[in-house]
Amino acid sequence: MVVGKSIKRIDAFDKVTGRTKYTDDLCDKSAYIAKVLHSTITHGKVLSIDVSEAEKIEGVIKIVTCFDVPKVYFPTAGHPWSTDESHQDVADRLLLTDVVRFYGDDIAAVVAENEVAAQQALRAIKVEYEEYPFVLDVEEAMSDSAPLIHKNYPNNILGHSSQSVGNYEEAIKEEGLIKFDNWYDTPTVQHCHIENHICYASMENGRLTVVTSTQIPHIVRRVVGQALSLDWGKIRVVKPYIGGGFGNKQDVLYEPLCAYLSTVVGGRLVKLDSSREETFVSQRVRHAIRSHIVTYTRPDGTFVARKLELFSNQGAYASHGHSIAAKGMGCFRQLYPCPNVEAECYTVFTNRPVAGAMRGYGIPQAMFAVESQIDDIAKGLNLSPLEIRKKNLMPVGYKDEFSKNVNYFDTFNQCIEKGKKYIDYDRKIEEYKNQSGNIRKGIGMAVFWYNTAVWPISLESSSSRMVLNQDGSISVQLGETEIGQGADTAFAQMAADAVGLTLDKVNVVSCQDTDVTPFGTGAYASRQTYVGGLTIKQTGEMLKMRILDYAGKLSGIDAAELDIVDNNIITVSDKKFVMDVAKLAITALYSMEDSRHITAESTYQIKSNAYSFGCCFADVEVDIRACKVKINDIINVHDCGTLINPALAEAQVHGGMSMGIGYALSEQEIFDSRTGRTLNNNLLDYKLSTFMDHPHLEAQFVENAEPTSAFGTKALGEPPACPVAPAIRNAVLNATGVAVNKIPMTPHVLFEEFSKSGLI
Amino acid sequence: MAQYKLVRCTINGKKVEQMVDVRASLTDMLRNDYRMTSVKKGCEVGECGACNVLIDGECFNSCIYLAVWAEGKHIRTLEGLMSEDGELSDIQQAFIDEAAVQCGFCTPGVIMSAVEILESGRDYTDDELRKLLSGHLCRCTGYENILRAVRKTLDKRLGKV
Amino acid sequence: MYDIKALYEASSIEDAIKLRLEYPEAQILAGGSDVLVQIREGKRAGKELISIYMIDEMRGVTLDDNGDIRIGSLTSFSHITKNEIVKKYINVLGEAVDMVGSPQIRNIGTIGGNTCNGVTSADSASTLFALDALVELTGSSGKRIIPISEFYIKAGTVDIKPDEIQTAIIIPKEKYTDYQGHYIKYAMRNALDITTTGCSVNVKLSEDKKVFEDVRIAYGVAGPIPMRAKTAEEFIKGKNVSEDTAKEFSLKVLSDINPRDSWRASKAFRQHLATELAYRALKECVKLSGGEM
Repeated sequence: MVVGKSIKRIDAFDKVTGRTKYTDDLCDKSAYIAKVLHSTITHGKVLSIDVSEAEKIEGVIKIVTCFDVPKVYFPTAGHPWSTDESHQDVADRLLLTDVVRFYGDDIAAVVAENEVAAQQALRAIKVEYEEYPFVLDVEEAMSDSAPLIHKNYPNNILGHSSQSVGNYEEAIKEEGLIKFDNWYDTPTVQHCHIENHICYASMENGRLTVVTSTQIPHIVRRVVGQALSLDWGKIRVVKPYIGGGFGNKQDVLYEPLCAYLSTVVGGRLVKLDSSREETFVSQRVRHAIRSHIVTYTRPDGTFVARKLELFSNQGAYASHGHSIAAKGMGCFRQLYPCPNVEAECYTVFTNRPVAGAMRGYGIPQAMFAVESQIDDIAKGLNLSPLEIRKKNLMPVGYKDEFSKNVNYFDTFNQCIEKGKKYIDYDRKIEEYKNQSGNIRKGIGMAVFWYNTAVWPISLESSSSRMVLNQDGSISVQLGETEIGQGADTAFAQMAADAVGLTLDKVNVVSCQDTDVTPFGTGAYASRQTYVGGLTIKQTGEMLKMRILDYAGKLSGIDAAELDIVDNNIITVSDKKFVMDVAKLAITALYSMEDSRHITAESTYQIKSNAYSFGCCFADVEVDIRACKVKINDIINVHDCGTLINPALAEAQVHGGMSMGIGYALSEQEIFDSRTGRTLNNNLLDYKLSTFMDHPHLEAQFVENAEPTSAFGTKALGEPPACPVAPAIRNAVLNATGVAVNKIPMTPHVLFEEFSKSGLI
Repeated sequence: MAQYKLVRCTINGKKVEQMVDVRASLTDMLRNDYRMTSVKKGCEVGECGACNVLIDGECFNSCIYLAVWAEGKHIRTLEGLMSEDGELSDIQQAFIDEAAVQCGFCTPGVIMSAVEILESGRDYTDDELRKLLSGHLCRCTGYENILRAVRKTLDKRLGKV
Repeated sequence: MYDIKALYEASSIEDAIKLRLEYPEAQILAGGSDVLVQIREGKRAGKELISIYMIDEMRGVTLDDNGDIRIGSLTSFSHITKNEIVKKYINVLGEAVDMVGSPQIRNIGTIGGNTCNGVTSADSASTLFALDALVELTGSSGKRIIPISEFYIKAGTVDIKPDEIQTAIIIPKEKYTDYQGHYIKYAMRNALDITTTGCSVNVKLSEDKKVFEDVRIAYGVAGPIPMRAKTAEEFIKGKNVSEDTAKEFSLKVLSDINPRDSWRASKAFRQHLATELAYRALKECVKLSGGEM
């Protein structure tokens, strides 16, 4: 059995030798180069585009403007499609738009023989605009006087939903309650995968092929079809190895435009390679969310009534839209179940870059607000932050009526105990009391709520295919994608165990090609190991049955009496060797009497979902006069069920923690209030953490096997990013007594906060 | 009109010469003329380190290095690390063993920085290693396992383990 | 592929000067870590370039007979940091340029390029101001040597004549002898960053380490170009080495500096930083000098 072992990544050899092929490495050098012209206003209308000078530039093949493209609106979110029209994603994008909704909107495109000619042409195009007022802030966007960004959405509200439990208004009348009323802000941040988005397209035999750096090849095929009004079967999408995604590539980005550009140059090969600047501005960002939480509590810390108002900044187009805010709201209600809850959330268009999916999907924002307030309440009531959590956290046995998720285990307490022990919590809490001086230390923690996969909001299914090769090895294909997280390795481990083979006999086909790869919706919602595991187990068992059936025929032993262990067919009862799978495979395929290509393929649809919980503890040091926070130690503890591969799980947690550290302290997109332009659209001005901004990152686990899962596993991809920012924020609170209610806690923010509180 | 220049240099120990467009970066030359896919484009302005190569023993972002400047230089890329018979170098093996690889896009550049560190023959503290590796941005690993891979390889080379 | 109209490669200083006269519109290219980035941005796209990067005679650090330290303009930051002369006499400069960007940028970036850019955030510049460095320019009629404070004219503009290139930076012996220097780069992260505010201090204490004989303090990003805080310098001369002196000194800088509000930092925050960094850098210099506060 290989599930549970820290085997080496199956793609690591190629990656450390530089021979792994990413999209650009595969593109033929003869490709035409496409570049997009982005708007230099934030809101308005393109009146005219003069391409006459640009067309004269040597090497320019074709210029297409917003006035040339079909007026076909399409959605871009990487959600499974819904045949129920009311549940479909908002279709509000055009290939190129004459109505500009953010600074950097796509208004024209150039196809040229080379990059320099394409860039020169972009600079030579003259655009005439009619400018409208713009709005970057959610509350302003909701006001009646705000400019309307999409005509069918009054007050710019894309989505509004609410939840209610008990009777909030009645409950708050109880005598002696203490009220906590706070606002928390999170910023617009970007995924910053190191490989920018890139795709290329060409036509073969009247069909379009798009090779793209995506998390969701099957969804890309559908959206390209929708955008170009082509039958979906006319499109082939190929996904090679990709240099990270984190949710940005869980959206359809420039694939439809690139495919379209190929069609206007006779189906020739066209490559559209995004720049880092375009990645920051013209693709997707994380929703900036403002949360207002009111909590009424008894003096002993028992929550009596809670209210949430959540305002999510959607930016200029719908993309994943309201689902992010809604997920945050669901978390609020469930994490600290309270008899009386009122929650409502708004997703609001603004003229910022488009917000979409990003690791954690609304939960990092929700956790910052929720977990910050827990510490604010603890401080206000003079209770320990751990005590108040233990009193109110979701209890064992809790069942959510909507998702039917059950909290089967005492995960929270188990995780908190591990975190406490590692960070030496009790001793440090004592040690850090009553500090004075410029350098002050603090300790803080936060828990997180997450769930796995998208049921019951959307379809949740996954398909796989296994083919027995002549040597007794198998090839495994899934629509679920390797995006750097190690999915292929986990799939290989699960497939090996499902069939009864050793790992060297399993070949996971990494590349998805929608012409041949079974349907799967791709890497998002931390779903793949969970849902993929179910289809792998099912298909693996089917394949095994077919192998054993043939073995039964050859050996004369009843197939039900046979099993496969370590590549050998043995008898169940006395573990006697019958034959090896390799012998069977070659016999079956080349049999002159009964030739069989032994394969299996199946779809597994689930109507379940699984909670995935844990916590983060941070030990920080604040240099007050320098307005800087240094993290001295930090740990995440996760219960993602059974670990398929502990070493890779740990690595996954490190990456999420790193993203959380940036979220807490340094990362944000900054917009010019006068022009609406993103000021820091590059990796120098956008402060992603470097090697020198991290301490050692500790990752630990609690393993409670998930009952609804084939291999006991559940979400781990996104959760690590969720609890880090509030843990650091609470540590700063512990160190300085200053409650910082917005992230990132940059020196600018701390300067203001420390000045206000009289520390400097 | 396009302007070309003959550039003679050594790439991974092999003497080569190539007419290059003077507008080309070293990244362009290595990727397009020599098909060195380990040299990655991540930002093209010297901020991410994905295109890092060794030139005369020092690390450079090849994206902001003109190809014509390669004249007479000794250039090393990740392709040159594996032996002729397919044996990985210790640092490559360490990246596999320590799970320091995820999406793999920053990996070639980081390994080449590690090569410069390891070949200096010196010992470094973890803080010094972090500084020497700080020209590389990575979004997957939190740098943790990369640092561990470099640390372990360094300790082995210095005979400390 | 860069959008470059033509590239002229100079093989010697003489050759570079000839090319300067022949192609007056051309932009000089040293290590390229700024110029190439600007070409890519479109700011300097389609221009002619004179590459001086291959002129090896402009590399290296030497000690002149009179004790002045001469740094060839194309010496990379990392070579300055590793240089034995720098380590022995002006370690503060080696430390300052070791905070530029990243190891890769420190290998390509040159001290000449860093100063010729004329930007206030250059990590070498404030230390060169604090060291009263001289700039050597070579033109068709020979060499011209000017103080670095005169070399900077305004943001982005330095004093280079159409037939000149900058060939060296000189640190006069009397400016470093018996001084201890310290540079603090304040930035938003610990690597790969530009300076929010940089502060470089040089201190000469009396023999008994009790009195500030001379202090020179310079800033980056406290105004449009790197600058000295002369009022603070005048104030501290002859004062006793003490916490109070240091505190007062650090507040005096406010009458000299002129930071502005920008999205990178507010004026108020930069002023706060300027005083805090002055205090911390001065304190460190006293420590390096063997004094106590």
